[in-house]
Amino acid sequence: MSASPFTVTPLVRRNMRRELAARIVLGAMVAAMVLPLLAIIAYLAVKGAPLISLKFLTTNPTHGMREGGIWSALLGTIYLVVIALAVSAPIGVLCAVYLNEYAKDNWLTRIINLAVVNLAGVPSIVHALFGLGAFVLFAGIGRSILAASLTLAIMTLPVIIASTKEALAAVPMSFREACWNVGASRWQTIWSIVLPNSLSGILTGVILQVSRTAGETAPIMFTGAVFFKKIQSGTLFAYSLTDQCMALSMHLYTVTTQVTNAPEPLPYAIALVLLGAVLAVNAASIAVRSCLRSRKKW
Amino acid sequence: MRRIQEAPQNGDPGKFALPSSNRCRSASIASAVASWLRPSSALLPEMVGRDWKARLWVAIALLLVLGGAGCSQSTARTDGSSGKPVVIQNIGSDTMVNLAQAWAEEYQNVEPNISVEVSGGGSGLGIAALINGTADIANSSRHIEPEEEAAVAEHSGSKPREFLVGFDALSIYVHKDNPITSISLEELHEIYAEGGKIDRWSQLGITNIPRARTDRIIRVSRQNNSGTYHYFREVVCGKKGDFKLGSLDMNGSKDVVELVSHTPGAIGYSGFGYNTRNVKMIPVSRKKGEKAVLPSIETTLDKSYPISRPMFMYTPGEPPAHVRRYIDWILSPAGQKIVELTGYIPLNLAEDKR
Amino acid sequence: MIANQPDNLKRPRMARSMTAILGERTIELLIRLCGVSAIVFVFGIFLFVLREGAPLIGKLDWSRVLFSQEWYPTSKGNVRYGVGALIVGTLSVTGLAMLFAVPFGLGAAVFVSEFSTGKVKETLKIVIEMLAAIPSIVWGFIGLTVMNRLIQEYLPAPVGLNLLNGAILLALMSVPIIVSIGEDALKAVPDSYREAAMAMGATRWQAVYRVLFPAARNGLLAAALLGVGRAIGETMAVLMATGHAVNIPRSIFDPIRTLTATIAAELGETAVGSDHYRMLFLIGVLLFSITFVVNLLADLAVRGVRKQ
Repeated sequence: MSASPFTVTPLVRRNMRRELAARIVLGAMVAAMVLPLLAIIAYLAVKGAPLISLKFLTTNPTHGMREGGIWSALLGTIYLVVIALAVSAPIGVLCAVYLNEYAKDNWLTRIINLAVVNLAGVPSIVHALFGLGAFVLFAGIGRSILAASLTLAIMTLPVIIASTKEALAAVPMSFREACWNVGASRWQTIWSIVLPNSLSGILTGVILQVSRTAGETAPIMFTGAVFFKKIQSGTLFAYSLTDQCMALSMHLYTVTTQVTNAPEPLPYAIALVLLGAVLAVNAASIAVRSCLRSRKKW
Repeated sequence: MRRIQEAPQNGDPGKFALPSSNRCRSASIASAVASWLRPSSALLPEMVGRDWKARLWVAIALLLVLGGAGCSQSTARTDGSSGKPVVIQNIGSDTMVNLAQAWAEEYQNVEPNISVEVSGGGSGLGIAALINGTADIANSSRHIEPEEEAAVAEHSGSKPREFLVGFDALSIYVHKDNPITSISLEELHEIYAEGGKIDRWSQLGITNIPRARTDRIIRVSRQNNSGTYHYFREVVCGKKGDFKLGSLDMNGSKDVVELVSHTPGAIGYSGFGYNTRNVKMIPVSRKKGEKAVLPSIETTLDKSYPISRPMFMYTPGEPPAHVRRYIDWILSPAGQKIVELTGYIPLNLAEDKR
Repeated sequence: MIANQPDNLKRPRMARSMTAILGERTIELLIRLCGVSAIVFVFGIFLFVLREGAPLIGKLDWSRVLFSQEWYPTSKGNVRYGVGALIVGTLSVTGLAMLFAVPFGLGAAVFVSEFSTGKVKETLKIVIEMLAAIPSIVWGFIGLTVMNRLIQEYLPAPVGLNLLNGAILLALMSVPIIVSIGEDALKAVPDSYREAAMAMGATRWQAVYRVLFPAARNGLLAAALLGVGRAIGETMAVLMATGHAVNIPRSIFDPIRTLTATIAAELGETAVGSDHYRMLFLIGVLLFSITFVVNLLADLAVRGVRKQ
């Protein structure tokens, strides 16, 4: 057979067929993940849309939570998220700074890294048990927004550490070396060069944790969230730190399982609000990431 | 404070030293603080907004001030003197939580400056809150246990006061296409209790439930610290009996009815007030062969329906005046009307006055 | 020249003032403290959960507890704490979920990393991130309402809340983790491997399964293990979707109950300090140990990657 190196032999044809088959199968696998996501969002949107309105978001639930809106739950979730991140973001960023800038490559560092990975893998219900045992009972804070937020802070800590570490590692070494060459100390380098340049990565990590914190139910179920609580409407400061609060995720759970004769769209509307908020925050973080990435100087 | 851009002076060949102070001490402290807040970021002059850090600090400070101001004006607690609302904490049974909330909302119209805060969590949680002193009224769908009574007495100094506020009838629900017409307590025992022998619909004589995939009886129950669970177990399995494993233990009374309405081969128990158009409530007889009775206000009050239980409210000792007024309102015809509207059994006011 | 300097400049000058140095030292101390905080918290979690459950450890017959399926903590006559059925429930739902998630996840990782470029790749990555962001309570809600009816209608299942329902939800929840970590692992394989394979005449797919999979083996294993860890630890979705029945499943259409759901359902109403309460904390210790081992294995697998 006088075949030049570039003729298409049966072997080549077979390989190309297999390649096409592989592409189709793998593409189908991706579709099998993407389609349910779109179907879920569409289903929730269709079923829950009749109830969504600005009034729904800003009035308190009434009549056994069957009517009215979800304001107290929404506000409670906002409180929990803000306080949790206010606690965990500084600790997480400083821990990542330590791991990336100060830590030597010894057994202590390896143990810290192991601890971070393990902390990330702790089941959310074990976080709830820890929150109950440590904050509610041992520290005597009692069931309150403070205890629930601290529990959520511990839950978000490892992911913030990991994403900040990545962001810090992405800053080129030459930046730091330039600083050291002019006589800056380590902290001065970090504060004035490394941190500002890794801000986009840090912000992305923190914003992503907003959506995770808003969606978690188990850690707050026993540490501070309640079935129903009446609060003043129209003010942003209706809860105090030692109050218990309603939360959007907990509200979805109770409306689905315990509130009778609720109008059918109600749980769908709550799920839609929760999902919408979470996806909006994620989209914001992606936008922040791409916007700040375009301003990178390396 | 000498900054990087200043030209080297005194013939100094431009040694790049960071901001330092060689003047008096106060100036040196001031410059140290300033250099900490705004260090020399002049190495890369095109950096993001030279004074963004200062703005960030100001923003954080503003937020803290606003937050602090806000926190200090949070709603008052039990301070009845200056016109702020008085709060009654009402915690307890999940069975009663819808009813308690309906009462709380209606009472707002009767006495607008008393606010009743309702939360569920179960009869056990309510009584535990009574022991801890965090609840003014505990809702319970079961009698308080002697050791709980003792604990309340120990904490608050007097025994808990019991108020009977209504009844709850537990109905047996099946799928609406299930042809079964009645059931007896004995059959329920064989279906639900540990060691019971009935686990197929054919053993009850039912063979043609449309769209049921198997003949198995799908038992729907509640989670094991719900008052409803405890009560049903006492009635059907005996005082010391236990349920058979393998029942689907749902979280709330509504869940049970929802699941039964979608599952052709299911049977479940839940409050009489949770009936919907998509399930069938079946009459229950005490013994096989006796007349089976559907739950209703009449059959509960004349005790012919075998699975009904009283609902109680407990206070630690004699309740204070405002709590007593609330309970009296609940026991009055206005409050009992709400009981009926919510799907529970009101007291027979002619007889059960306490 | 130095002799002509004014007096106050004769002493050697510090480069920075005392307060600046002190301030910096304090911050560095704070940083070091935060650095070890992760260890403190992990130990703290284990210790606090163990502390609440410890008084009960001595009182139980552990072989009976671990292997019996009779879970009757609130019985009036015969209190039994058998977690056997719960452990089987957790393992079975995780196993079935991984059976779906690992092939799909790794396949999607390969597709995203090797077979897609540019805009398509960015979009797919964003979509997968969105999938990861869905809160578990929303998944549970979907399982309870939508999947329940779908399974009841189209599959020969006696009840819609069962092992299959929970497994599908868990698979959808852990796929994003497998995809993102698997994709990282594939990206870490040097391009020279791919170029060498193409130089030998391999098609893309041949390069993937003959060269890249073996090379990225450890990273892909770590991805699968982290997906397992996520599935084992999931609470709300399995609470609502598996039917919550203490039962050893004989088919994938049987309802089951997991360890996590048991704690979530029963903790709210137990009295603090009672035996039931302590037993739930001990189940928490058990869960923590299982996920600790899984994460340790994943970490060892990843360490294997770095050694290459």
